[in-house]
Amino acid sequence: MKKPFAVALMTLAALPALAGSPARDTILAGLATEAKKADPSFAGFSADRGASFFGATQKGGKPDTPSCTSCHGTTPEATGTTRAGKPVEPLAVSKVPTRYTDPEKVAKWFQRNCTSVLGRECTALEKGDFITFMATR
Amino acid sequence: MLKHILPATLLLLAATPALAGGKMFPPTADPVVKKECGACHMAYQPQLLPRKSWEAMMDRLSDHFGENASLDDKTRDAIKAYLTANAGDGGKWLRGVNTANPPQRISEMPRFKKEHGEGKVQRMKEKSGVKTWADCVACHKQADRGYYEDD
Repeated sequence: MKKPFAVALMTLAALPALAGSPARDTILAGLATEAKKADPSFAGFSADRGASFFGATQKGGKPDTPSCTSCHGTTPEATGTTRAGKPVEPLAVSKVPTRYTDPEKVAKWFQRNCTSVLGRECTALEKGDFITFMATR
Repeated sequence: MLKHILPATLLLLAATPALAGGKMFPPTADPVVKKECGACHMAYQPQLLPRKSWEAMMDRLSDHFGENASLDDKTRDAIKAYLTANAGDGGKWLRGVNTANPPQRISEMPRFKKEHGEGKVQRMKEKSGVKTWADCVACHKQADRGYYEDD
C-alpha cells in the first residue's frame, strides 16, 4: 500500500506547477502506479518521450491513422480535424485546461485512439508520458 | 412577384419540417447520441439510414469506417435503440434502397448520390476544400438541425 503512494508523491512533485490540476495529478498517479508495476525500474514520466510518441509514425494500426498527428495535427496548441471533418479541440493543456481531468474520458479516448493508431492499447508509460508532454504545452 | 414568394416559401419550409422533398429531418434529439456520435462527426439524423444499416453499424463499432469507435455496452445499446427506433424505413429518403442489403454509408444512399452526383456539386465540394461527404455542415450550414434544403 505504501509504494503506490510514494510513487504518486514523486509524480506530483515532478509536475510543473503551472499545469497543476488535482484531477489530472490523480490520473497521472494511477498511471505511475501501473507503470511501476509493469517495470520496477520506472522512474517517472517524461515530456520528451511523450513528444516523440505524439509525433511518431506507428505501425500496426489502421492505415488512415498512422499517427496521433493524423487527426490532431503536429502542433498540440492547434485545433485538429477528425477524418469526418469535425474540429478537435487542442490537446495542449495551456489551450484547454480541462484536458486529462476526466478519468472516463481519458480512458475512452486512449482506448479508441491507441487501437486505431497502434493496433493495440497504449501502455501506462505511453499514456503518462503523453499527458505529461501535453501538460507542458 | 419573387419578393413575395420567397419569404412565403421560407415560412412554409420553417413550419413543415420533414416534409420538403425528403430532405428535412427532425434534429437528433437524444443527448447521448448527440454527445457520442457528435464527438467525431455530426450526429446524423437516424432517418438518413434504414434500421438494418444502423444495426450492422452499431454491432461493429471497433471498425467504424476504418476507425475504432468502441463504446461500453450500455452506451452502445442506448444509441442503437434510438437510431433503430427512429430509422428512416418507409420514408421518402429511403426510396430505391435495397433494403435486404442497404448501404452503411449515408453517402452511398441512392438519393444522396442523386442529389450530390452532378458535376456542379462535385466542383463545389472541391473548390471549397471539403474533404469528405461526411462533413455535411461544410455546405449545409443547418444540417445538424436536419435542414438540407439549402441547395
